[in-house]
Amino acid sequence: MEVNYENGLNLKATELRLGLPGSDEPERQTTPRPNKRTSSEISSSGLTDDGNDDHQASAPPAKAQVVGWPPIRSYRKNCIQAKKNEVEGGTGRYVKVSVDGAAYLRKIDLHVYGSYPELLEALEKMFKLTIGAYSEREGYNGSEYAPTYEDKDGDWMLVGDVPWEMFISSCKRLRIMKGSEARGLGCI
Amino acid sequence: MGSSELKRSKDSVESARWSSFPDEVLERVLSLLKSHRDRSSVSLVCKDWYNAERWSRTHVFIGNCYSVSPEIVARRFPRIRSVTLKGKPRFSDFNLVPENWGADIHAWLVVFAAKYPFLEELRLKRMAISDESLEFLAISFPNFKALSLLSCDGFSTNGLAAIATHCKNLTELDIQENGIDDKGGSWLSCFPESFTSLEVLNFANLTSDINFDALEKLVGRCKSMRVLKLNRSVSLEQLQRLLVSAPQLAELGTGSFSQELTIREYEELESTLSICKNMHTLSGLWDAKGIYLPALYPACSHLTFLNLSYAALQSVELAKLLAHCPRLKRLWVLDTVEDKGLEAVGLNCPLLEELRVFPADPFDDEIVHGVTEAGFVAVSFGCPRLHYVLYFCRQMTNAAVATIVQNCPDFTHFRLCIMNPGQPDYLTNEPMDEAFGAVVKTCTKLQRLSVSGLLTDLTFEYIGRYAKNLETLSVAFAGRSDWGMQCVLGGCPKLRKLEIRDCPFGNAALLSGLEKYESMRSLWMSACNVTMNGCRLLAREMPRLNVEVMKEDGSDESQADKVYVYRSIAGPRRDAPPSVLTL
Repeated sequence: MEVNYENGLNLKATELRLGLPGSDEPERQTTPRPNKRTSSEISSSGLTDDGNDDHQASAPPAKAQVVGWPPIRSYRKNCIQAKKNEVEGGTGRYVKVSVDGAAYLRKIDLHVYGSYPELLEALEKMFKLTIGAYSEREGYNGSEYAPTYEDKDGDWMLVGDVPWEMFISSCKRLRIMKGSEARGLGCI
Repeated sequence: MGSSELKRSKDSVESARWSSFPDEVLERVLSLLKSHRDRSSVSLVCKDWYNAERWSRTHVFIGNCYSVSPEIVARRFPRIRSVTLKGKPRFSDFNLVPENWGADIHAWLVVFAAKYPFLEELRLKRMAISDESLEFLAISFPNFKALSLLSCDGFSTNGLAAIATHCKNLTELDIQENGIDDKGGSWLSCFPESFTSLEVLNFANLTSDINFDALEKLVGRCKSMRVLKLNRSVSLEQLQRLLVSAPQLAELGTGSFSQELTIREYEELESTLSICKNMHTLSGLWDAKGIYLPALYPACSHLTFLNLSYAALQSVELAKLLAHCPRLKRLWVLDTVEDKGLEAVGLNCPLLEELRVFPADPFDDEIVHGVTEAGFVAVSFGCPRLHYVLYFCRQMTNAAVATIVQNCPDFTHFRLCIMNPGQPDYLTNEPMDEAFGAVVKTCTKLQRLSVSGLLTDLTFEYIGRYAKNLETLSVAFAGRSDWGMQCVLGGCPKLRKLEIRDCPFGNAALLSGLEKYESMRSLWMSACNVTMNGCRLLAREMPRLNVEVMKEDGSDESQADKVYVYRSIAGPRRDAPPSVLTL
């Protein structure tokens, strides 16, 4: 039913009729319709933002992007998160760190650090080098070194792009790159 | 005296006898009535009964704190000793309600302090409470006995310290799943040495370490203690020591149940637990290791409620434990037990009435574990008395649900959460309409329903047509058009609470329930297609309803992002924050 709700009401829908419910309705589409959501609740989902029911819809947004879903109380959510952190922290989150040009690798426990600045400072101290400031656009420009890490999927990523919690749960090893290779990173 | 005069005086004596049934007797009879619904019915009979009822009522239940004001309550019921109050809409549990929304207890406490100085019990759900309020409570009511807080927020352990310090007659302190600022465990040490009345102590959801010595002494001197729910900081060895001084416990929350024990320590624990013959409820087991669970077996023979929803047990561990719990009526588990674990439920717990399966990893798409439709079906075959279920899963079929309700037709509460929004029957790829159709057609006693999965308006046609006893309905990511919601509003005669999120229901649907909302407690609609104009119209047409709109930052001017509608005799509320518009 094409109806504009902006100014008034869909009187046809509230009209009293005899007959079985739904008997007068047009054929229903079998594809799911878009559920209108505010932009703050969707990060990116490709949903069209019009109030009409007729358009083909893309699938509902992925779970991770939907506020308050699945419906689990905050208390339980916090417990789940705490347990996850603990499981990783209980045995330590030791990862190998290699630096280009260094003779041997080191190992650090990621759980000792609470944030990126702390981690980077520790790396700088451990290897006696400077890493420079991180910026979303430029990466670690302004220094010879760039910290990178191998994630769960085996890809080499620049340290600092994702939230800290996500980083420590997906980081398998660290590599501090040096030289032109390093300067190239972050400028893609 | 002439015969006509005699007759008149006889008549008047008889009618006087009829209408002057002594109030004291009526009050005495009515004081035996506990159910607040029965009492509501009684109060409607006639003026005398209304008065007798209001004078004899000692407990008042207020399902929506804004439906009435504390002054109105105090005026009608002069002798209240116990109050149950619920505040925020249920979706506030899932962060859908803005901060500072309201439901502050303080204004109520102020009135109660003046009108009910002998108040004994306060049970709050989804209310905002500050430490100042808790302190005020602690010092204003000398007879105060029981405090229960569930899903509340705004307070810290300092507030608990005030309660422990001042409430000399406290029998119950029940702190569950709240947004509490845990500043440390010293509050427990505030119970004075002379204090011995505690019967219920639940601090399982607090994280900080408490002073074990203080706890041990407290448990030792409170001889009537029957409910003790410890937090995770209490070790196995400490648990054993507590149980030695409180073998009479009926409900036990074990704390972490994890520690490296020597053989001798394990045996001690086992023998201590074996003398807990009164135990009917067991919970906790936060970090329980499979090898220590057998210590619990002797205490399980009379167990009727087992809450393992924070214990990540595997299927085999659960199966072995359940073999010792033949009397189980209520079971809460994590989905780490998987379908195999649920099969064990079906095999071992023929008396089971309630099952809740919570997800251990709800936000991780990559997890392939958890429970499926097979587990639920297995339980339904073994547990024909099942009437309450809360089930989080990642796949379901229409056929499975049809089988389940055929096996268990007595469902009163059916809450199924297929965690991926809008997911169809994974075998047939069809919507899940027929599943919920089967539920409402078969389960005639159904009071509460939560739907999920891919659903068209047909689901709601079924609900409106068949769910004649339905009181609470929760809907998310479902439906095709206004028609769906209209079916529900036009159907379910006993509907009291309707909560909807992310559905394509708009103004026509909203406005089709105008009269209905006055017979309901509340309506929640968020991320639907309702506009401000629709809400304004509703507010205009129905002056006895409060229509509140919460707007999101950056949303369209005309959209009503979140709408909360509820009946009230207290008028629009005056404590709404700026983010909440009252129309």
